Amino acid sequence: MKFLSNMFVSSPHGRVRLTTNQVMRQVMYATSLGLLAQLIFFGWGVLIQVALCVAVALVSEAILLSLREKPVRATLADGSAMLTGLLLALSIPPFAPWWIAVIGTAFAVIIVKQLYGGLGFNLFNPAMAGYVVLLISFPVAMTNWLPPAELLQYTLTFTDALSIVFTDFTLDGYDMTQLKLAADGITMATPLDNFKTQISQGFTATEVSSQAIYGSYGGIGWEWINLGFLVGGLWMLKAGTIRWHIPAGLIASLFVCSSIAYLAAPDQALTPVQHLFSGATMFAAFFIATDPVSASTTTKGRLIYGALIGALIFVIRQWGGYPDGVAFAVLLANMMVPLLDYYTQPTTYGHRAKR
Amino acid sequence: MQSDLTLLEQVKLGKIWDFPGGVHPPERKHLSNGSAIAEFPMPDALYIPLKQHIGSAGELIVSPEQQVKKGQALTQANSGLSLPIHAPTSGTVKEIINHVSAHPSGIAEPTLVLVPDGLDQAVEACPLPNWPEQSKADISNHLQKMAVAGLGGATFPTYVKTNNQKPVEVLIINAVECEPYITSDDVLMRHHAEEIVQGCQILAHTIGAKHTLIGIEDNKPEAIESMQSALADITDIEIRVVPTKYPSGGEKQLIQLLTNQQVPSGGLPLDLGISVQNVGTAFAVKQAIIDGTPLINRVVTVTGESITKPQNLWVPFGAQVKDLLAFAGMTADKNQRVIMGGPMMGFNIMDGAMPVVKATNCILAANDYYMPLRETEQACIRCGDCAAACPAELLPQQMLWFSKAQDQEKLEEYNLFDCIECGACAYVCPSQIPLVQYYRTSKAEIRQAKEDKVKAEKAKLRFEQRQERLEKEKEARLQRHKEAAERRRNAMAKDDSAKDKIAAALARAKAKKEGAATEAPEPAPKDKVAEAIARAKAKKAAQSAETAGVAEDTNKDKVAAAIARAKAKKAAAQNSEDKTAEATDSISPEQETKDKVAAAIARAKAKKAEKQQADSKPVTDDETPDAEQEKKDKVAAAIARAKAKKAEKESQQSPTEDPVTEVDPAMSVETADPEQEKKDKVAAAIARAKAKKAEKEAQQASTEAPVTEDDSAVSASTEDPEQEKKDKVAAAIARAKAKKAEKEAQQGSTEIVQEETVPTEQVEQVVDAEQEKKAKVAAAIARAKAKKAAKEAEQSSEPE
Repeated sequence: MKFLSNMFVSSPHGRVRLTTNQVMRQVMYATSLGLLAQLIFFGWGVLIQVALCVAVALVSEAILLSLREKPVRATLADGSAMLTGLLLALSIPPFAPWWIAVIGTAFAVIIVKQLYGGLGFNLFNPAMAGYVVLLISFPVAMTNWLPPAELLQYTLTFTDALSIVFTDFTLDGYDMTQLKLAADGITMATPLDNFKTQISQGFTATEVSSQAIYGSYGGIGWEWINLGFLVGGLWMLKAGTIRWHIPAGLIASLFVCSSIAYLAAPDQALTPVQHLFSGATMFAAFFIATDPVSASTTTKGRLIYGALIGALIFVIRQWGGYPDGVAFAVLLANMMVPLLDYYTQPTTYGHRAKR
Repeated sequence: MQSDLTLLEQVKLGKIWDFPGGVHPPERKHLSNGSAIAEFPMPDALYIPLKQHIGSAGELIVSPEQQVKKGQALTQANSGLSLPIHAPTSGTVKEIINHVSAHPSGIAEPTLVLVPDGLDQAVEACPLPNWPEQSKADISNHLQKMAVAGLGGATFPTYVKTNNQKPVEVLIINAVECEPYITSDDVLMRHHAEEIVQGCQILAHTIGAKHTLIGIEDNKPEAIESMQSALADITDIEIRVVPTKYPSGGEKQLIQLLTNQQVPSGGLPLDLGISVQNVGTAFAVKQAIIDGTPLINRVVTVTGESITKPQNLWVPFGAQVKDLLAFAGMTADKNQRVIMGGPMMGFNIMDGAMPVVKATNCILAANDYYMPLRETEQACIRCGDCAAACPAELLPQQMLWFSKAQDQEKLEEYNLFDCIECGACAYVCPSQIPLVQYYRTSKAEIRQAKEDKVKAEKAKLRFEQRQERLEKEKEARLQRHKEAAERRRNAMAKDDSAKDKIAAALARAKAKKEGAATEAPEPAPKDKVAEAIARAKAKKAAQSAETAGVAEDTNKDKVAAAIARAKAKKAAAQNSEDKTAEATDSISPEQETKDKVAAAIARAKAKKAEKQQADSKPVTDDETPDAEQEKKDKVAAAIARAKAKKAEKESQQSPTEDPVTEVDPAMSVETADPEQEKKDKVAAAIARAKAKKAEKEAQQASTEAPVTEDDSAVSASTEDPEQEKKDKVAAAIARAKAKKAEKEAQQGSTEIVQEETVPTEQVEQVVDAEQEKKAKVAAAIARAKAKKAAKEAEQSSEPE
């Protein structure tokens, strides 16, 4: 009986044809729309950051894996390091200096992921932990977003972008501060940043929102980027890459919170739609919060986890010191995961009747 | 959730509920369910495992070379959970061997090899007539006799389930067949719906169910239709079509689907008033009760992309998998595996000789696309797909974590034992972790740990009880000893001659000290041997004295010998008694040498005393002491000494040898060898002389010393007998001790030995050049020793 295998193979003998590697790749593909939008609105810098972060992530992972005497090639193939790099690249300002990307990614992969035991063992979302380290350590560089390309006075080529990232100056010798100046000579920030500043200066929400950077419902560029991530996320839901509980919890929670705030003080608050389509909302809902490793694992737990992040994003945006709060919100929720998992265990079959 | 409706009312609503989780693997049932059930041609040999159910095997009632008919019982059920097996066809029982079993491990189990004769002659059918009138017990008994077991996979004996003591309201017939590929129940329903319905009726009647539900997945429309037409006129049996989802055919899941109730953890469906039977079992029940044929074959699906002609076959139990595959045709794909059972819960067949048994519903050979080899396990990314797929609402990834950490407490807290091992979690795992295998291992480990714990507790209890017993025994022993000591003390107190005893004890203690000093490690055997030899010698001396024919001396000699014997025995007894008490004395080398010196001195003194005695011997003797006599005496003494030495040496050389055997040869050759005879005579003469001398000495001693000698028994008959006896004992003990001390001294000091060997040599010349010492030893040693002992006793009892 040549065709009888002597191998002991445990049942089940078939399986779903979706592997962890494929899951990671699907997530990366799903970012493409948002990435494209970012590229269009914020220029070549985005691509440079992606290339930088992915390269650093792979190198860091490879070094750490070989130090830990783990199979390097096979583990790199799971795509988790690459995804971490990609997600971090999408979070940092496109024209941030190169060392920002290097430090952030290396920290994310080496400290947050590998030192905790590698894939599956990290307590915190590596990309967000890396982002927070950068944000706290280098606040200026990390908030230095250029306005959308259409608002820029200068057209930046790919080589300009490269030059800024690696030398802080364009080929023509402009630095970031100069580039950020609008035609009217006013420094432009991201809508969320700007909104916070303007409101604190006594402007009403309506007045602030009428500025050029706010676009039609979220902010020029930002609304498209969010839309891109939303579409990518929906595709992942359909493909079964992620499940709906966390994004739904997050979006619903942010929507409810911002609605309450808006209804309470319409002149002081962003509209719920602005909340959903500005900053990193959709990116967080579908790509960051859904990182399964650091998220809750029970169905109920995931809904709560998503809702918690949504609420924290709102709180930080509304009252916090930072323009956006996704990274902090995710890290805080990560800490809640063991608790959530423990208290949201489903009732096992046959235990229902126990009184 | 739970409504106020009774189970029956709820069931009659006709509603289908849902269970959480579940997966939808490719069904692939169309491969095999298109054709009628074919008959598998009878193979050359059937390998029928004696046990094909949960429980114990029956007792074999056929023997090799016996002809059996189809349906004839091969085993009979024994008490407990047991079913017989029957011959699937007529033929000859070839042998009973250990053959690969239909188990994932393929572990060899007792298997009956039946060689079919091709005639297929059947025994007379034995139906149970008029079943609606029959009792639960009768039907159950008949089902046991017909070897009916659950054909859904667990092969639990059906008679146990039908003989339920708790009331059952709802009978659920499981015709879901949710495993992909398998269609054996499907085709059975398509082609044997009437019989299945009859079986259901018998089951419902036996169990006492008020309502019967047949659960069928909606991917079997033909089977549903066939069953519905068979049920056209029947109202208390209903078909419930459930949506296709794996594992809706799990007993617990089906109950949830049809009744919205959950079997309590660790409980049985019976606790809910529900009984679940497989549709194939219902068919077997009908055959057993109405047709009167036992369970000897079943429908087996042989299917998969690698099978040339996927189909369903009636296969007799004991047919081998390789025969089935050969019959259906097979072309192996890469990574080909053949599975017994379905792709979700079946197991990989590693040996083609594996037989088809009651639990075998499918032989599956899927191709690599549908059954890819599991790749290397990757890290769990906590995606939670497993938890979403789990029909028991467990948390598989947490359990994996605990399983890897072997945290058995946590595993049980996370309800590991509610896992039905359906494989849904492992099926969906993107990291290809064989979750079910982890859980199986953990379950086995936990069971093992529990067993070990029980065993350890038992062992502990046993140990404690043993300790207690030993303690009690020890106490009892101590008590006994104490009482014995008390008795002795009392006896002594009553005695008026305690003084003598004390004196004797003191002498004993002293002698003992000397003895113990040099031979503490192994004193007892040596002494005993020496004593035994002395005893034997004494006996022999008496004998040889007799044979010498000296009438006057015989009596005396005998007396002397008897006394010597008695002394030796007593000394031995004393020795062994004392030895136990003094084993703790540790002796320094210094002490040893001192003792040796003391012994040498004692010996010298003894010699001197002997000489003096000889010199100052009064003329009271009948025999006139002359120079020759004196010389003879000396020689005798020397011989005795030499003999003693030799005896000791011999006993040291062969300490394990029985002392009697040592002596025996000497005794036996006495009459055989003329030379020996001569020697014996000489020895006897010497012995005689010694005896005489001893007598003389005794007479002398009895007048001089207050302590009477061994021979005093003869002379001092007028004295107080008790006193006399005691004195004798004391003397004998003292003597024995002294002897021992001397021996040791001989061993230890070469000078003295040399001194003593001179006379020995002389004697040797006198008697015979090539003398054999043994005979002489026998003759002389006892007396000589006794003499010496007597002398030494005098000396050693001096401190008195």
